[in-house]
Amino acid sequence: MFRNLVPTVVLLAVASMPLAARAAPPLELKSVKIDLPDSDKMFPDGPGSDAINNNCLACHSAGMVLNQPALSKQAWAAEVSKMINNYKAPVAPEDVGPIVEYLTALKGAK
Amino acid sequence: MAENGAFHRMVTRRQLLATASAAGLALSKPAWAQKMIDLPLPGGPGARQITTAFPQKGQMILQRTRPPLLETPFEVFDKGVFTPNDQFYVRWHWAVIPTDIDTDKFSLKVHGHVNQTLSLSLSDILHGLPSVQLSAVNQCSGNSRGFFQPRVPGGEWANGAMGNALWAGVRLKDVLDKAGVKPGAVQVRFKGLEEPVVADAPHFMKSLDIDHARDGEVMIAYAMNGEQLPLVNGFPLRLVVPGWYATYWVKMLNDIEVLDQPDTNYWTKVAYTIPDTPHADIKPGETNVRLVPINRMVPRSFVTNIPSGQKVKAASPTMVRGIAFGGDCGVARVDYSVDRGQSWHQTQLGKDEGKYGFRQWQTQLALPTPGEHTLLIRCTNSNGVPQPETPNWNPAGFMRNVVESIDIIAV
Repeated sequence: MFRNLVPTVVLLAVASMPLAARAAPPLELKSVKIDLPDSDKMFPDGPGSDAINNNCLACHSAGMVLNQPALSKQAWAAEVSKMINNYKAPVAPEDVGPIVEYLTALKGAK
Repeated sequence: MAENGAFHRMVTRRQLLATASAAGLALSKPAWAQKMIDLPLPGGPGARQITTAFPQKGQMILQRTRPPLLETPFEVFDKGVFTPNDQFYVRWHWAVIPTDIDTDKFSLKVHGHVNQTLSLSLSDILHGLPSVQLSAVNQCSGNSRGFFQPRVPGGEWANGAMGNALWAGVRLKDVLDKAGVKPGAVQVRFKGLEEPVVADAPHFMKSLDIDHARDGEVMIAYAMNGEQLPLVNGFPLRLVVPGWYATYWVKMLNDIEVLDQPDTNYWTKVAYTIPDTPHADIKPGETNVRLVPINRMVPRSFVTNIPSGQKVKAASPTMVRGIAFGGDCGVARVDYSVDRGQSWHQTQLGKDEGKYGFRQWQTQLALPTPGEHTLLIRCTNSNGVPQPETPNWNPAGFMRNVVESIDIIAV
């Protein structure tokens, strides 16, 4: 009976202190070594699929692109240009057109 | 959904794989046996794989494998106000993420406009400075982006790019005081260990104004919910900026630079900016809008125990509960309406675990007549700010906080 009361009293005392001032319990950190999964998913075959597979998958897997909603050709062109200009994706100039066409064919707004 | 040749070919390839598996040609799990979830995103696609492939993580909604974007399945939020570490959402910008962290070798550098450059070991941080803890919501700027209409590009999250944890660590102020900030400092810039694949791409860095950095609330966390952080949530150190969007909560934090000039780096000045309008709201196509860095969060609330479309018994009490948060302050009240917002009724709030955290709410309601009813839930924060009744829109899909609604069918 009494044994059960003690933790409750301690909890109440802790709970009544202002949160930001509450001291954290001691903790030791342990080294971590993991392997992150990779994705071997390719963009589906179609005109321009080589261009998109060769240029885009070095920095990110295909999944998020395939999860995008239908967007206008203009919006896809803006995305590709953002990848090149802001994120420095080394896309060969001759591949830009085919990549935009591919995305518009796959995920174009009707 | 695009009915074009390329898409049909993809389906065909998947069918081929399935056939191969059924014939015993592949030993791995066939594609059609993967656990899937359908997120109700307007216009789709909403199908996502549920993955358990990430170390230290449980079941997560796979938005992107590399760099990882993992969403918390929404039913997790019904279990309580603290989001379990192994189902806390994950969002990385760049694909080069260290996967081997030696706690004896890791160090945090503090430099720039300071009296003394510091290189702090984890032991210096854990044992040499006062420890503090507080509960706070970490929410992606683009949480719920997939619900924007018209749709916008980006991580197509449903509502699970958020979580609440009890963060333990040291005050950023104490670390800055140890280095001694020189007069004239204006901002503090934070950088973690993640690196872009392409060498000249902008390293991910975020800055806070010097007074914000020294407010005593911004924290360098080494624990969440009483344990060290999962690696993909930022092990060993993560900046915690209570009340502010997660873009500022730099993961694997190893570099703090005090600046005597405003930060002009891409991630602070160009990316993560919002229209400087109420609710960061503009009309699609509107141009010449002044943009400012995203900053404080805004109130939100959700039903967690009943999915939309649930059948309940008419004219008898139904218990409804959920979570709310105030954004940059506490929750004052959570109200519901079953008459499309004409009248609102107050719910009961659960225990206050700290103003920056999730707060549970619950109520009993009875739907008098059979048929489909819409339940609206609205949080008003302790600054008196309510959730808006109409959704905001901006091209980046940031800061969604419209009053949520679910359909309940009384039978």
